[in-house]
Amino acid sequence: MKRFADLFAELDATTSTSAKVTALQRYLGAVDDADAAWAVYFLSGGKPRQLIKTAQLRALAEEASGLPAWLFDASYQAVGDLAETIALVLPAPESADGLEASLCDWMEQRLLPLRGQGEDAVAVALRAWWRELDATGRFLLVKLVGGGFRVGVSKLLVQRAIAQHAGLDAKQVAARMMGFTDGKRLPTAAQYRSLLAPAEASGGEHTAREPSQPYPFFLASPLGFEPGDGLLDLEVASTDTAQAMQARLGPASDWLAEWKFDGIRGQIVKRAGQVWVWSRGEELMSDRFPELQALAQRWPDGTVVDGEILVWHDEDSASALPGSDRPGRPAPFALLQQRIGRKTLNAKVLADAPVSFMAFDLLEADAQDLRAWPQTGRRDRLEALAADVNVGIGPRLWLSPCVVGNDWAALAEQRLKARELGVEGLMLKHRRSTYGTGRQKRWAGPGSSTEDGVLAWWKWKIDPLAIDGVLIYAQAGHGRRASVYTDYTFAVWNRAPASAQEAQAVVDAIARREPAVPGALQLVAFTKAYSGLTDAEFKAVDAVIRQHTLEKFGPVRSVRPTMVFELAFEGIARSTRHKSGVALRFPRMQRIRHDKPLHEASTLQDLEQLLVKTPAKIGQDHGDGSA
Amino acid sequence: MNDDLIVQRPQGLYCPPGDFYIDPWRKVERAVITHAHADHARPGHAHYLATAVSEGLLRSRLGQGITLQGLAYGEAVEHNGVRISLHPAGHVLGSAQVRVEHGGRVWVASGDYRTTPGGATPDRTCTPFESVRCDVFITESTFGLPVYRWRPDAELFGQINQWWADNAAAGRASVLVCYSLGKAQRILGGVDASIGPIVCHGAVEPLNRAYRAVGVALPDTLMVSDVTDKASLQRALVLCPGSALGTPWIKRFGDFSDAFASGWMQVRGQRRRGGHDRGFVLSDHADWPGLLGAIGASGAERVIVTHGSIPVLVRYLQEQGLQAEGFDTEYGDEHETRAETAPAPMDPPAP
Repeated sequence: MKRFADLFAELDATTSTSAKVTALQRYLGAVDDADAAWAVYFLSGGKPRQLIKTAQLRALAEEASGLPAWLFDASYQAVGDLAETIALVLPAPESADGLEASLCDWMEQRLLPLRGQGEDAVAVALRAWWRELDATGRFLLVKLVGGGFRVGVSKLLVQRAIAQHAGLDAKQVAARMMGFTDGKRLPTAAQYRSLLAPAEASGGEHTAREPSQPYPFFLASPLGFEPGDGLLDLEVASTDTAQAMQARLGPASDWLAEWKFDGIRGQIVKRAGQVWVWSRGEELMSDRFPELQALAQRWPDGTVVDGEILVWHDEDSASALPGSDRPGRPAPFALLQQRIGRKTLNAKVLADAPVSFMAFDLLEADAQDLRAWPQTGRRDRLEALAADVNVGIGPRLWLSPCVVGNDWAALAEQRLKARELGVEGLMLKHRRSTYGTGRQKRWAGPGSSTEDGVLAWWKWKIDPLAIDGVLIYAQAGHGRRASVYTDYTFAVWNRAPASAQEAQAVVDAIARREPAVPGALQLVAFTKAYSGLTDAEFKAVDAVIRQHTLEKFGPVRSVRPTMVFELAFEGIARSTRHKSGVALRFPRMQRIRHDKPLHEASTLQDLEQLLVKTPAKIGQDHGDGSA
Repeated sequence: MNDDLIVQRPQGLYCPPGDFYIDPWRKVERAVITHAHADHARPGHAHYLATAVSEGLLRSRLGQGITLQGLAYGEAVEHNGVRISLHPAGHVLGSAQVRVEHGGRVWVASGDYRTTPGGATPDRTCTPFESVRCDVFITESTFGLPVYRWRPDAELFGQINQWWADNAAAGRASVLVCYSLGKAQRILGGVDASIGPIVCHGAVEPLNRAYRAVGVALPDTLMVSDVTDKASLQRALVLCPGSALGTPWIKRFGDFSDAFASGWMQVRGQRRRGGHDRGFVLSDHADWPGLLGAIGASGAERVIVTHGSIPVLVRYLQEQGLQAEGFDTEYGDEHETRAETAPAPMDPPAP
């Protein structure tokens, strides 16, 4: 593992991308394929299924450190990373011999065999290893057990290094690497070698791949969110929307519009008589969705369909989505999330949260790669496939309905119904768009030549809900946010303050640590948020928090209420678990409202109004915007 | 508590029988100053007492005209029946612990300090920490967590020299961000000056002169305006405060690698957040074993903890059977990383 430790140190000691690629390349050239396979696996984000329970790891580390439990915890809070805490607080080792074994030996001879062993055996092994590893070795050991290297190396960077090492195109390496980091398939030397194999002459790339292999997902770009794209204002201004869309995208008739569903983006692969279901996170999810297995069994071999995995409420038959022949509506994302969390799928679970697939693209038919076809060609072929397979009794292949609108005004009108329909907005796909890799764009705007091929998928989401909250608690973050206060709790007023003075009196009472008087004006915590600000903004807020700390409760600080933030979120629902009575979906900080005095922050009544407008839709975001 | 020799007051740490303050943060009549860092040595006091060796530094920072009495290490003066002496703290040039004796009791306020681990070579740019026996010991706690354990200086300077030599070989300058007072001179005293020229920022160079003036040998240093052969800058080690990184000054060095020297660099998260190419774990404060060692060697049965990880150190000492409590101070070392690099904190909006 010495070489891997050196590579890690080298990657960690530079912020230069090219230096990182060079270091990776040098490493790949120096080690054998089995080691390289594991290094590629870990550095591109692979995580083997948990080998040691975190609680046990922590307990053993505490014991080895000789520190009281509270002090170990305080150290962990300051460092923000368990592996690093362990590396820093354990006493000096007896030797560094542990680094002599190769990375592959560590994984295959030592760590993987731990699975299924009793806690005692794990404890004996871990204590012995810690004695023969230095700080870096201990750090890496814990990371090998749990993954998450956070060394500023992305999967893309690893692919670049492999491509340069093997003299290949990085896109080709990306396609071959699909599924390489899936938690259920551990990397092997043979798999690594297949990443490096010389490119085939006649475009027959897919015939050589493993039958389970999905295609890299093509991702839509957000419309109206990118600074400088001139569409930022679109999200709020509705009157000029049609004109602005016309100017930006050209005639609406060039575009195919679909609903943007809020599920998990997925690819179903049917080859060699078998079915594989992949999530956009390149996780193999076939076992969790027997419904989708049954669905795709009806498809011909050599078929790959792209779409959205959803829980569907069939019983709501009165109100099908516009344009769809399918009765019912998509269920809230939370239901899908709960379903994914289920370990055993008994009849009740399957009945309560039936999973289905909303297909919107066909990537492979008759074992032929269709990705270079124009959007409408693929859509026609997908409809033909549906017509073929939806014969007789059995699960149907449902197609994502096309949203009809003759012009942008009509489509904008449709988009406004999204929240009520339980979808996130519209997807806009250029009729001539091919199917790209990742978040690619190749489209020069309306009127430009499309001869070189177009890559244009946009997601046109509805405006997020927003509320102005007051920062009242703060906690330090993890990783590179260790020891910076980045995780905040926000409050709203229980009613609108009558004046700035009344609000100030409440703040003063809080500063004097007086408990709130029941029924009187007070601030009520309603959500946490920890994203959306730049590093510089976090730094500035961190300084204010430190200056205005009232009390410290372990890692949490209560802060004198002075700062108002605009918080955006995707949904709101009633919750009995929260004091405020509401729970938000994907809350984040939109901006700091320096201009907003405290007494003008939002109220519980404002939240109540949003509740009335929104169907229930709560749960954590999964997979970072699925399209 | 009424008999305490040192108590906290809004102005700072106060000695009631002697009627003087130690490192006060508001203007007072009499101030004993432990060292010349800005959060400990503030302007505007009527009378200053400090080590003679720090006199030059203090006058250059607080004004030549201040009323200042300088003491040699170990030399004692009496004031209102309180015997005051200053003892080496190993933090920066002239830094001292303040020993206060009255009515048969001895208290020591140690300011900021750095101990030398057993077997290590002491820093040659300032007098090493000397333990002083006392009844009550007032200690800082900047790095008061067990994750902070420093590596030997030889290893650290080996890393810095290697980084500098690698950069020099690649034809780019090595910009090392550090505290201007103390840290910079300690680095100068430890690096291998044969690797290339050493350039110091205008905030650092006057302090080098102050060190040399009291007999501390430092390698030759240049201001960037002194450099005639601009090509030599590609082999240079450059010492500057973090605030210099965003200025036109730094552009004169062309391509460079930057690093930050601070005890906070022990934690990867802090290192990565700083956005520097490298972080060197080099501190002028005691690490966790250093704090515990100094507390143990003082023989004190009561310990008062100031700036840093107060709750952690207090609780730990209490569990070790010592009487321990905290003092709130306004020393800024909790954020050494920010002190010289961060913009002014944001003002909260008016209510």
